[in-house]
Amino acid sequence: MGYLAGFPVTLKKWFEGVNTKNYLGGKGGKSDIKAPKPERLHGRHVLNKYEDGMEKCIGCELCAGVCPANCIYVRGEDNPVSDPKSPGERFGFVYEINYLRCIHCDLCVEACPTEAITETKLFEFSFTDRKSAIYTKDELLVDDEGKPQELPWEDWREGEDKDTSGWMRATAPNGDKNYQGLAAWSGELGHGVRKPEVGQSGSSTPSSHGSTMGSPSDQDQDGSNNG
Amino acid sequence: MGEPYLSDGVDFGDVLLAGGKALVAFVVLLISVMLMVWFERKVVSRLQNRIGPNIAGPFGLFQTLADGIKLFFKEDSNPAKSDPFVFKLAPYLSLIPAFLTFAIVPIAGDFNDGNRGKVTMFGRETFLQVADVPIGVLLFLAMSSIGVYGIMLAGWSSGSKYPLMGSVRATAQAISYEAALGLSLASVILLSGSLSTNEIVNVQADVGYAGFIPNWHILTSAIVPFVVFLIAGTAELNRPPFDLVEAEQELVGGFHTEYSSISFALFFLAEFMNTVTMGAIIVTLFFGGPAGPDFGLLPGWLWGFVWFFLKLIVFLFIFVWFRATLPRLRYDQLMDLGWKVLIPLSLAWLLVLGGLRLSSPDNGNISLRFIDNDSANSFVFVGFVFIVLLAGSILLSLAITTARDERLEASGLVSVPVEEEED
Repeated sequence: MGYLAGFPVTLKKWFEGVNTKNYLGGKGGKSDIKAPKPERLHGRHVLNKYEDGMEKCIGCELCAGVCPANCIYVRGEDNPVSDPKSPGERFGFVYEINYLRCIHCDLCVEACPTEAITETKLFEFSFTDRKSAIYTKDELLVDDEGKPQELPWEDWREGEDKDTSGWMRATAPNGDKNYQGLAAWSGELGHGVRKPEVGQSGSSTPSSHGSTMGSPSDQDQDGSNNG
Repeated sequence: MGEPYLSDGVDFGDVLLAGGKALVAFVVLLISVMLMVWFERKVVSRLQNRIGPNIAGPFGLFQTLADGIKLFFKEDSNPAKSDPFVFKLAPYLSLIPAFLTFAIVPIAGDFNDGNRGKVTMFGRETFLQVADVPIGVLLFLAMSSIGVYGIMLAGWSSGSKYPLMGSVRATAQAISYEAALGLSLASVILLSGSLSTNEIVNVQADVGYAGFIPNWHILTSAIVPFVVFLIAGTAELNRPPFDLVEAEQELVGGFHTEYSSISFALFFLAEFMNTVTMGAIIVTLFFGGPAGPDFGLLPGWLWGFVWFFLKLIVFLFIFVWFRATLPRLRYDQLMDLGWKVLIPLSLAWLLVLGGLRLSSPDNGNISLRFIDNDSANSFVFVGFVFIVLLAGSILLSLAITTARDERLEASGLVSVPVEEEED
């Protein structure tokens, strides 16, 4: 009886348990569980700093140019000679992202020549008016320890501020297998030089001249960056 | 027959008692609807490896309440081309029958030791149901028919295409399946010899075969009327897999497409109320309702409620299970199942049960006599019946296939075998 064959199938599902997590929408507490996030998840942006505390953004506006949603507004300005903000000639004087428009495609991250803008794994933040949907440099810039600022209306969880440059590294030129094990990016405040991506040539072991910043376990949450 | 407290005339206390029972049933039904929506969403989630509502209240229990509040505060829109009066009337027309049907369901009471489910309340003997109507089961059929009017008029008065199609489907579906519903119900009436739901439960509370097998109608009517009733009842409720009336994918919600706010909430309420009531009716008709053994500890009438509730939960689960498992029927499949399977089957079974009753020696007065030996008479009858049923089903399937062939031929849809070219 084809009609009845489905009934044991659905009943069996009851005993298989659930695949979804008991997510309570950020209510907190022990029973509020979120699904683990992939390493390269596209969340809210951060503006990174170099290890010496200088801002990475040089105000080149490439991110604003590439943005398909026109959500980024950047103005560059010459660095003040007495108190330079960035190591180069110019710095990002104004940097604004409108999160009502942002589609989190991460093209800005790919376009950035200095790895200044990357994304965290945070996606739970809300606003009550249009104006507060626009994040300015004050909110986007990392703090003195290189951590993203945890703003009061954002629901940060464990691990969401880690690996903020995951997507940048994945799309960097050394995605080519000839560059396997080479870290072709600058260091970040609080993180140092991030370890290179592994597995481009098919073998999962990085070559000997690779950077040794951090152990694989604290960068690789669920092993998803292996080839 | 009928409510015992009304046998000696009606005084003010009787009116109060009746009103009080109606009020309690109203509140119980509303709460049960709230829990039913939650139960359905939770169970269907588990059957799909999900958690389901979990935010509003413990285990998401208050999800329905939150939904209700949301609906209540939404704008109640009235489409420009609608018929305003009928448009407003339709939700109530489907809600009120849903309430009224529940009145005939005995939800508790002690049916052991010839107690007939009576309890004494305020010095009056009464049954634990809103009213023991002497025509109880007919009331159920009548109300489920009127409930269809609510859906039909809702679709018709919306002044919109999809709701109209939904309401046309509702009408056709109700006509097809109410016949099967009524015929399978007739088998139960035949066995219990009464239309009163209290009496139907009473018959099932008797000591059954071999002393321990319950005298439930599902067993005494040999399962078939129950299966027909369950399928036809699901169709009557417009629940999956028979929810062609709503059919989100084709009709954007069918008859309630144009409804919003409290009017939509009333349809929603009526739908789930009907589900609870249909489960309760099935329990009453086929599973002995509140009748069950009394293990002490609790008062007898409360044991009745416990048994009723347990049986009801099983059927509510089955309805949800249907929804989680079966895809929606196509329109022609719906009609085929109703007219070509359920109606002939329930009709034949009714005749078998009727004939068995006439030829049975338990009846005292055997009208159908084939041979002199009383107990062998039934067996001869059963053999005779199976020959007739076999002939009947062969004729029916012959008629169906012949009709289909002629129809296909007339419409030119018969695929003429074409010689395949070899390449």
